[in-house]
Amino acid sequence: MSKEQILARIRANKPSAKTLPEIPLFPQEVPDLAATFTALAEKGASRCISLPNIEELAALIEVHFPSAKQIASSVPLFRGTLDLAKIDDPLALKDVDLAIIPGQLGVGENAAIWVTEADCVHRVLPFITQHLMIVLYKNQLVWNLHEAYQQLKIDETGYGVFIAGPSKTADIEQSLVIGAQGARSLTIILLDK
Amino acid sequence: MSHATKAANFIQNESKTDWHNASIWKARTKRDVAAHNVPEWEELRNLASQIKDNVLGNLDNYLLQFEEAATKNGAIVHWAATPAEHNAIVLGILQQHQLKKVVKSKSMLTEECHLNPYLEANGVEVIDTDLGERIIQLRNEPPSHIVAPAIHLKREEIGELFHKELGTKKGATDPQYLTEAARQHLRTAFMESHAGLTGVNFAVAETGGVVVVTNEGNSDMGVHLNPVQIHCMGIEKIIPRAQDLGVFVRLLARSAIGQPISIFTSHHHRPKPGGEMHIVIVDNGRSEHLGREDFRNGLKCIRCGACMNTCPVYRRSGGHSYGYTVPGPIGSILTPGKDLKQHSDLPFASTLCGSCSDVCPVKIDIHEQLYKWRQIIAEEGHLNKSKTWSMRLAGKVLSHPKAYGFFGKMARMALRYMPRIAIYNGLNEWGKERELPEAPQQSFKEWYQQNQAKHE
Repeated sequence: MSKEQILARIRANKPSAKTLPEIPLFPQEVPDLAATFTALAEKGASRCISLPNIEELAALIEVHFPSAKQIASSVPLFRGTLDLAKIDDPLALKDVDLAIIPGQLGVGENAAIWVTEADCVHRVLPFITQHLMIVLYKNQLVWNLHEAYQQLKIDETGYGVFIAGPSKTADIEQSLVIGAQGARSLTIILLDK
Repeated sequence: MSHATKAANFIQNESKTDWHNASIWKARTKRDVAAHNVPEWEELRNLASQIKDNVLGNLDNYLLQFEEAATKNGAIVHWAATPAEHNAIVLGILQQHQLKKVVKSKSMLTEECHLNPYLEANGVEVIDTDLGERIIQLRNEPPSHIVAPAIHLKREEIGELFHKELGTKKGATDPQYLTEAARQHLRTAFMESHAGLTGVNFAVAETGGVVVVTNEGNSDMGVHLNPVQIHCMGIEKIIPRAQDLGVFVRLLARSAIGQPISIFTSHHHRPKPGGEMHIVIVDNGRSEHLGREDFRNGLKCIRCGACMNTCPVYRRSGGHSYGYTVPGPIGSILTPGKDLKQHSDLPFASTLCGSCSDVCPVKIDIHEQLYKWRQIIAEEGHLNKSKTWSMRLAGKVLSHPKAYGFFGKMARMALRYMPRIAIYNGLNEWGKERELPEAPQQSFKEWYQQNQAKHE
């Protein structure tokens, strides 16, 4: 009943329809997209590391996260300490120290990375983990969000998210604090191939 | 209490007023840097405004399209004409599953509907999980800013509050330390909660999904850890296509706080396996506002808060002086439509400088609407007495050149020769907290006539 009431009032009150504009892609000449992406990511408190290939990942994790006890990985070729496929209850992820997930696409203009529930296995993984690592190939970079939304199908999975850094807040006197409710740090691994 | 009275109370503490002003201006300057870094910024604002124009003219169709797509995705869509209906729907969902503890991310709509007190009265515990929202919830007060709800508080006040409520060290004021304490406190709340509730930034008609942005990740923690997720949205949150997100997401965080994008831009389309996803579509006066030709553009608002950050009146009077969930310039053009009499002072809480319209990412003609509301408020007789007679008198004087000349002379004489008490008293609003200008010896007209005679 409320539905019909709301719709009837909208129909009675709405202005005449205007055309929906076409959205240009606003392309820009960016000489080195990976460098631009990296600079912006670091400005947003992420750490960006270039690697020639995924085989180097294990050594890198040992160097950067020596004390990580629980590691959850959905990246092929790197096994963590948890088997994500065997976990039913997302609460079981509450002690994860480091989560490593693949990204689908990176955006140069804002260093955001598109991640879907297929990449996370559990939707809460990139948030509940203390530290997050996203693995991205350099050829997955685009310049801006228009291009990103053109390439993506946002409803391909039930949940998808752009992640642009570690969880942060400035709610106390506008003073920036990294590590609010979500991951305390974001490490982005940029792979050549 | 009127806006002016509450603002007068706010500025009693001069150093805090200066701090509030500077702190919010910082967000405005960051917005400028971010906007100037995007060459197509003005084009994006135009596009955003045009998309919203199209939405307003097709709102019924887009809502139906959205409902159909969302239902196909497995979500359950509810419609609420009033805040009471909205609150009852949310409670109904919780009661159906016997859920007693809800974690909520920032939602101005649920503030507008006063959902928290309603749920609490019905035995449901609600925990706001955005840090700023949690702070004001613990203080039992409304938000003072739509993006930074606790912006009116100093770290000492928050430290004191956390000492009392969360057991932090007495006298501790370091934001890092206080945020960490809130993190631990909220993590426990997330683990123990039964349902996650969020607001909605954008609802995409073609895909039937909702988009929620946060910097803290609190919305996602609440939604993903609980089988039941509830998203509450106003009817105006609809956008037609996924590609329109490119325009709005690029504008939103840059306008709000000068970030190129919020840390988390979450697209929810289907419930998690074994879970339930509810979307509550709320009207609460919006469809009526759609019929006000001069004011309907206010429905384009994407709640970035840029108009507040730039407003010289907001920055020096604080969000609470407006007495409504959405304060500042945008609140002052939305509220008179809700209750003209109650909010009749808000369109006057502005200098009409137009800065709000300049920074608005969807190009709402805010200052023009403020001016138009003033006309309506005067016509409907809601102006206070002193404003009514002074305006009437000014109107008469300004339309009669002889009277104007006479009163000008009188005023100049008065300023020069009358005792201070006759000028600086309760009757003269312009003499409060400031000195009136020194009266010139002659009027411009007199000076002009003299000079013209000299040159001929």
